[in-house]
Amino acid sequence: MIRYSACATLFATAIALVPGPAAADALTSAVGARQSLNATAIMMFLGFVAVSLAITWWAARKGTNTAKDFYAAGAGLKGVENGLAIAGDYTSAATFLGVTALVYTSGYDGMIYAIGFLIGFPMILFLIAEPLRNLGRYTFADVAAYRLSEVPVRAVAGVNTLVIVVFYLIAQLVGAGKLIQLLFGLPYIYAVGIVGGLMMVYVTFGGMLATTWVQIIKAVLLMSGSVLMSVLILGHFGFSLEALFREAVALHPKAGAIMAPGGLVKDPVSAISLGVALIFGTAGLPHILMRFFTVSDARQARTSVLVATGFISIFYSLLFVLGFGAIAIVSANPQFRDASGGLLGGINMVALHLADAVGGSLLLGFISAVAFATILAVVSGLTLAGASAASHDLYARVMRRGRAGEREEVLVSKAAAVSISVLSMGLGVLFENQNIAFMVGLVFAIAASANFPIILLSIVWRDLTTRGAVSGSVAGLLTSVGLVALSPGVWSATLKLGVAPFPYDNPALISVPLAFALSWAVSVLDRSASAASVRASFGAQHVRAQTGLAAE
Amino acid sequence: MDLQAIQKNPTFRQLASERARLGVGMSIAMAAAYFAYIMTIAFWPSLLGHPLSSGTVITWGVLIGIGLIAFGLLLTALYVRRANSRFDQLNQLLLEDIR
Repeated sequence: MIRYSACATLFATAIALVPGPAAADALTSAVGARQSLNATAIMMFLGFVAVSLAITWWAARKGTNTAKDFYAAGAGLKGVENGLAIAGDYTSAATFLGVTALVYTSGYDGMIYAIGFLIGFPMILFLIAEPLRNLGRYTFADVAAYRLSEVPVRAVAGVNTLVIVVFYLIAQLVGAGKLIQLLFGLPYIYAVGIVGGLMMVYVTFGGMLATTWVQIIKAVLLMSGSVLMSVLILGHFGFSLEALFREAVALHPKAGAIMAPGGLVKDPVSAISLGVALIFGTAGLPHILMRFFTVSDARQARTSVLVATGFISIFYSLLFVLGFGAIAIVSANPQFRDASGGLLGGINMVALHLADAVGGSLLLGFISAVAFATILAVVSGLTLAGASAASHDLYARVMRRGRAGEREEVLVSKAAAVSISVLSMGLGVLFENQNIAFMVGLVFAIAASANFPIILLSIVWRDLTTRGAVSGSVAGLLTSVGLVALSPGVWSATLKLGVAPFPYDNPALISVPLAFALSWAVSVLDRSASAASVRASFGAQHVRAQTGLAAE
Repeated sequence: MDLQAIQKNPTFRQLASERARLGVGMSIAMAAAYFAYIMTIAFWPSLLGHPLSSGTVITWGVLIGIGLIAFGLLLTALYVRRANSRFDQLNQLLLEDIR
């Protein structure tokens, strides 16, 4: 049985270039000594790759030549399948390892963080899921373009999607590269290449069908791993949560303070701003919204949200058990310490050490492979969302004005998937040693400011006009990107330019209301003929949004 | 099919207004619960650090956090139940109406 303590001294070679404590939303911060190859992990990982490639082959044989097959898996998925895939799309390895690490270092704060990422899902159901399914076909821009003038609306939505996808992919790929470097001892650049290459193959050859099943399998694996670890942890404490918490409080340097809020919420303005980004941003993430077009009707769309919310709720609650289990079991064990007393491999490895401690190298291998599968599922969903925006919105509708044939559109989409993969791999390598902790927050801020307002307003507000939607969305995008650039996370931490001109890390508290206000003001002032016709066609859209009548 | 005409149908108006009320009501409930939680953390963190009873290390914060997660899931389930019965039934009525 190969164990870290023995191997690390023998094989550890690379030393961290990025110091500092782990930020919860990023595996991107702390990297310690590179681990040796774990044979079980590699076997299980190769098994997952083999299965996922077989699925891709199967999906490719079933056909990915029509737009409906490529973008929406034929729109024939069951609600439960899609719900699992949404969960698989959303729960990243950064969450799994990062939240566990955050609970391990700060205790209760991990729960505050996890709740924030959960709260957006019910909002999707209450506000947009059913109309989205009834009005759209492949991308969320379909919804806004249903009655608004298609070219400007799709141009804006397509650009928003690509910006979100590229930032999110960089964050995921940098995290993935460092994680795989640690888990399998591979050099960073190979790790990014493997992840990027596999996601490119899944998306290009297997389209939405292959991506979906990769996500479903990953979701099931991730949940099984978390449940298994939680049961083993609780088994250590006679299945008493009280005993687990008591042991954690006794061992943690902060003692009883880990059971109460700590330093995560520093000031109310930042907390509310992040809250706004999370609660509305989830409903503006293109790769999540795109999944609603893979089911046949509104009823299945509802089931999807319920399954996804249930899954993610349970998963995040288990992370709390895992984090406290790590305090109680891993922190006291010298086997997981390096020479200077720090955690082997950095703080983000704590979930892996925990697997080793409660289940030996077999469980360690399994959890490592699950973490890898998790990365692949998330980046594939993102790549597909980016490819669909590039081909369906930007190429077929904006550039070719609807004159492109379906085969041509799908080919462009596949080419876009390859380009996005190559671009994000390149950027992933470029950003290896940058502090990119701001990127996930930025993605949610853009989604909440540039996408969510136009989706919601186009569904519920008769008087929204094309000019209103476009100006609101552009303002949301520019404000959120601009303010993040001026924020402490980028200005001071990444660019090292000193004190940041904008004091808050998340701009949503300003950019979301601004986007809504501008959309409203411009729409109200819009007296053009096209505005009148857009308003007049709201009735028909409203009927279809509510009933699904005449929907495809 | 004349979609524009259907919007005057009383069954449709009933469906649209019931769905809007439920959706908006639940969104407000969810957002209010979440921001109340965040505000509590910002202004009265000690409130969440109180143990549930004198004999335990488990705090109100843990219970409330889990409660908030459960609340979101419960609202989601209630919405789906209501939509699967009432809204789909109204939709069915509407289809028969306009046939």
